[in-house]
Amino acid sequence: MKEQLNNIRLEAEKCLNEVKSSADLESLRLRFLGKKGELTAVLRGMGGLTSDERPIIGQLANDVRSFIEGKLEEGAKILQNKEQELRLKTEYIDVTIPGKRRFIGKKHPLTIVSDEIKDVFVSLGYEIAEGPEVELDYYNFEALNIPAGHPARDAQDTFYINDEILLRSQTSSVQIRVMENKKPPIKLISPGRVYRSDSVDATHSPVFHQVEGLVVDKGITMGDLVGTLQLFARRLFGEDTKIRLRPHHFQFTEPSAEVDVSCWTCGGKGCRVCKNEGWIEILGAGMVHPKVLENCGIDSKVYSGFAFGLGVERTAMGRFNIDDMRLLFENDMRFLRQF
Amino acid sequence: MKLPLKWLKDYTDIKVSPKEYADALTMSGSKVEGYEKLGEEIDKVVVGRILTIEKHPDADRLLVTQVDVGNETIQIVTGATNIKVDDLIPVALDGSSLPGGMKIKKGKLRAVESNGMMCSIAELGVTKDDFPNAAEDGIFILEGNLTPGTDIKEVLGLNDTVIEFEITSNRPDCFSILGLARESAATFKTDFIKPEIQVKEEGDSVDGQATVQIEDSELCYRYAGRIVKDVRIEPSPGWMQERLKASGVRPVNNIVDITNYVMLEYGQPMHAFDLENLNGHKIVVRRAKNGEKMKTLDGQDRDLDASMLVIADAQRAAAVAGVMGGENSEITADTKTILFESATFNGISVRLTAKKLGMRTEASGRFEKGLDPENVLDAINRAAQLVEKLGAGVVCKGVIDCYPVKAAKKTIEFNPARINALLGSDVSAEEMKSIFARLEIEVNEAEGTVIAPTFRPDLECEADLAEEVARFYGYNRIKPTLLEGKATTIGGLTYEQKIKQLIGRTLQACGLSEIYTYSFTSPKVFDRINLPKDSELRGTVVISNPLGEDYSIMRTTTLPDMLQVLATNYNRRVEEARLFEMSYVYLPKSLPLTELPYEKPVLTLGMYGDVDFYDLSGAVEELMSKLGIKEYSLEPVHDNPSFHPGRTAKLIVNGKEAGILGEVHPSVSEKFEAAQRNYVGMIDIEPLVGNAVLKPEYKPLPKYPAVTRDIAMLVDEGVLVKEIERVITEKAGKILEEIKLFDVYKGKQVPEGKKSVAYSIAFRAADRTLTDEEAGKAMEKIVKGLSEKLGAQLR
Ligand SMILES: [Zn+2]
Repeated sequence: MKEQLNNIRLEAEKCLNEVKSSADLESLRLRFLGKKGELTAVLRGMGGLTSDERPIIGQLANDVRSFIEGKLEEGAKILQNKEQELRLKTEYIDVTIPGKRRFIGKKHPLTIVSDEIKDVFVSLGYEIAEGPEVELDYYNFEALNIPAGHPARDAQDTFYINDEILLRSQTSSVQIRVMENKKPPIKLISPGRVYRSDSVDATHSPVFHQVEGLVVDKGITMGDLVGTLQLFARRLFGEDTKIRLRPHHFQFTEPSAEVDVSCWTCGGKGCRVCKNEGWIEILGAGMVHPKVLENCGIDSKVYSGFAFGLGVERTAMGRFNIDDMRLLFENDMRFLRQF
Repeated sequence: MKLPLKWLKDYTDIKVSPKEYADALTMSGSKVEGYEKLGEEIDKVVVGRILTIEKHPDADRLLVTQVDVGNETIQIVTGATNIKVDDLIPVALDGSSLPGGMKIKKGKLRAVESNGMMCSIAELGVTKDDFPNAAEDGIFILEGNLTPGTDIKEVLGLNDTVIEFEITSNRPDCFSILGLARESAATFKTDFIKPEIQVKEEGDSVDGQATVQIEDSELCYRYAGRIVKDVRIEPSPGWMQERLKASGVRPVNNIVDITNYVMLEYGQPMHAFDLENLNGHKIVVRRAKNGEKMKTLDGQDRDLDASMLVIADAQRAAAVAGVMGGENSEITADTKTILFESATFNGISVRLTAKKLGMRTEASGRFEKGLDPENVLDAINRAAQLVEKLGAGVVCKGVIDCYPVKAAKKTIEFNPARINALLGSDVSAEEMKSIFARLEIEVNEAEGTVIAPTFRPDLECEADLAEEVARFYGYNRIKPTLLEGKATTIGGLTYEQKIKQLIGRTLQACGLSEIYTYSFTSPKVFDRINLPKDSELRGTVVISNPLGEDYSIMRTTTLPDMLQVLATNYNRRVEEARLFEMSYVYLPKSLPLTELPYEKPVLTLGMYGDVDFYDLSGAVEELMSKLGIKEYSLEPVHDNPSFHPGRTAKLIVNGKEAGILGEVHPSVSEKFEAAQRNYVGMIDIEPLVGNAVLKPEYKPLPKYPAVTRDIAMLVDEGVLVKEIERVITEKAGKILEEIKLFDVYKGKQVPEGKKSVAYSIAFRAADRTLTDEEAGKAMEKIVKGLSEKLGAQLR
């Protein structure tokens, strides 16, 4: 019997090494371990053994069984691996076929730029103030030290509704509304839509957008204005950006300045974008005119402030190299998708 | 303002290059737009005298000429037809250059050597305005006694540099050579030398020859007159013409040129009347009478009114004050006696008059900024001096000077510490004083004040002084600081601003791109969107001075603008567009407008292409979900004329209508030439803000499994899915977790007039595993309810 068992073991080992498919495996399992299998047949003869022989043969039979079982398992694993390998080979796909995209919509370039500006100032503790676009003459001009008949009114060809009501030509009107209602410290930006009677062309639009800023408190200096604008320019146009202030005139600030930033394309060396100047004019700014503070009931002997403003369209056009302002309001999908 | 550098150099020393000059002046507050080196592109072009002219042997249309060009005689072949022997002409020599980059080289024309080119005015880059006698097409025949070989740039007055300034409206003094000379001297710390004025006054006294009377001293501050006799009208000399031309002013005759020359130099507009044509030899400065008429120098008849100031004689208006002279007293070739006017008027009045008459002139543009009455005499004396210098006439003794109220000088507090405090600078009092001295601002140290010169109306308060200090100290020397410890505020977005930001982000995530459209539009759009004649939306805020009808009213609806954008894209063959805009509509509270309108924030959605109603409503539902708004529904709308009667819904938020969305009515789409099917939604933003829940409360995840049952039923076609869901919700009780619609079907196997609707319904209890029995009972109730309330048949 011992010999029989050993033969089964050898035979099983031989057969199992030649297995090709899981069907082969199953038939071998039945042949050796099944109810009518070879090992079972041998074990049936155990009744004729002596009590000394029985444990030895029993042990041997168990060894053979677990040997075959192990071999079967091993075979199954190998087969599985082979089959998986085969399957993987057939499951080849072209990974360069475009993916299943969920097309997301795009932010308009004007929103991209005004959001960036807002982010800079919000992070510095500014609030965002809004006000009406159809505005009283008083807030748009009078309170800003631009009385009726003043030539500065002509410079900003304004749309009028009637003698008292107009379409605001600057968001400074919002600053007046805030200053009238709030005690310093005031720190705000007022982004929004403004109107000027310019015909539509590549660089003009009768509807455009501004962001203006205002800070009022005790002891605010022009140095604070310069520092703030410098920080802003670096955040918006890059770490290395420089600013330059040129004296200018605005009715509602004194001293007033136009502010240039070093060209974002050439860094100041001079190129087509900056018309070889190395600088690009981007902001108007100044110290709030004492008359404007007084108009809002703020004592100009105690408080001072600075204000600044920039055009969103021009900034966006510079930032994205857009050469025609009309593109911003045409809303061609092929344009919008680029942002 | 154009500034010829040569002229400027009469009054201050300029040692730097034009570029350095331009930069320095810009940084001290006189912004330079650019500069032009006149004749920069012209090289090796000289005066030539034609010695002989012969026919070309082989070409009928060509001439062979010998031309004296100074140090030699050269042969030039030309096709010119307007030349004759002894003519003086500009000759471009071999190797010369002309404006536009043209280079001239010697060569042969039909085998005959040609060593240069005769030039026309166009080839030299000048115009007939500059040289009225020059031929338009032919060769430029030069006038005057010129020596052959002279550089043509000298002849044409092109050897100067002209700086172009952009002068701000607060600095009328800088609209003059002298004002800019003062600024230049202050910038470079050089001397400013005013012109020396001496008038010989060889004529008799002005007394009794003319009178001046100012009737309205609020509109005219000063009026000075001088009389010149034995006037000879002729062209002014070359040097004066050159300076005028370089400044962009066309020379006319000696008298007109003198008035313009003085205006450019002193910034004081002047006028010259033919004294013989002033009735009673009288000047009356008065308001016009209502209905008074006058013909101005440009030949136009003007209707005047009492708001306008005129310069009149004893009988009639002879000039609109500060704007334009009248034809009746105009200088002509026969004029023998003139009255020069040098005056200052109320700037606002001049501005309004010019505007009313629709004629903004060089003079009115200057007067409206407010000119210095103290400048009046210098200007008129300078004019008299020039008359004598040019030999244009005999100047009478004395000035008729009517100056009712002397201009007051403004006293301003001067406190160096306060100026430094405003600038954040550390400029010494001494430096401030030296800056003021250069600007002719007097310092009164004892009083702690300064006195502003009358030509600086812009200096009114300490902040103005701070600017003077800053611009000469240097704006860019101010040390940047960052509000240390000042204006400490928290800031941030308001709740509404946050919601708007969230709306934008959500719609972008839904595949919609943002657009910007104009907020004014045409009143014609209402008919195009089938808006009923009596609709409130036709009452609009109307712009009184629009850019044209298309931009004349503030919009009360965004539908037309969205459709226009969809149509634009469609017509440009863009396959598909999904768009949104957050903007305002402008709703008048009363008409005519007595108070500001309500600016209602609206969200507009628009789509065409491979989309249907459910893409639109899906975006809205996603938005509601993101904003945490649960109390909302869509209800069918059948009667909005802008929309498809069967494919339109109103949005109800918390029981109130908050917008409309649907397929645009085909007749509307057609009028916009848009795609066949467009989907547009207009949603009020305020109810979204009011009902949004940005901080949802967390609900624990379920511990026990759900039981799911599917149900399919037949209902009448008209039954809304929403009604079915209402019944299911009502009948299912507390254990209902979710109703999911998975099929709506009409067609085969479904009887006419019916539709098949199928749901998957999930039940769950929070505290135990539901039994099949419980779910079964709920289903029974649901089925019963559906059949009783909606006549549904189970399938
Ligand atoms: Zn550049």
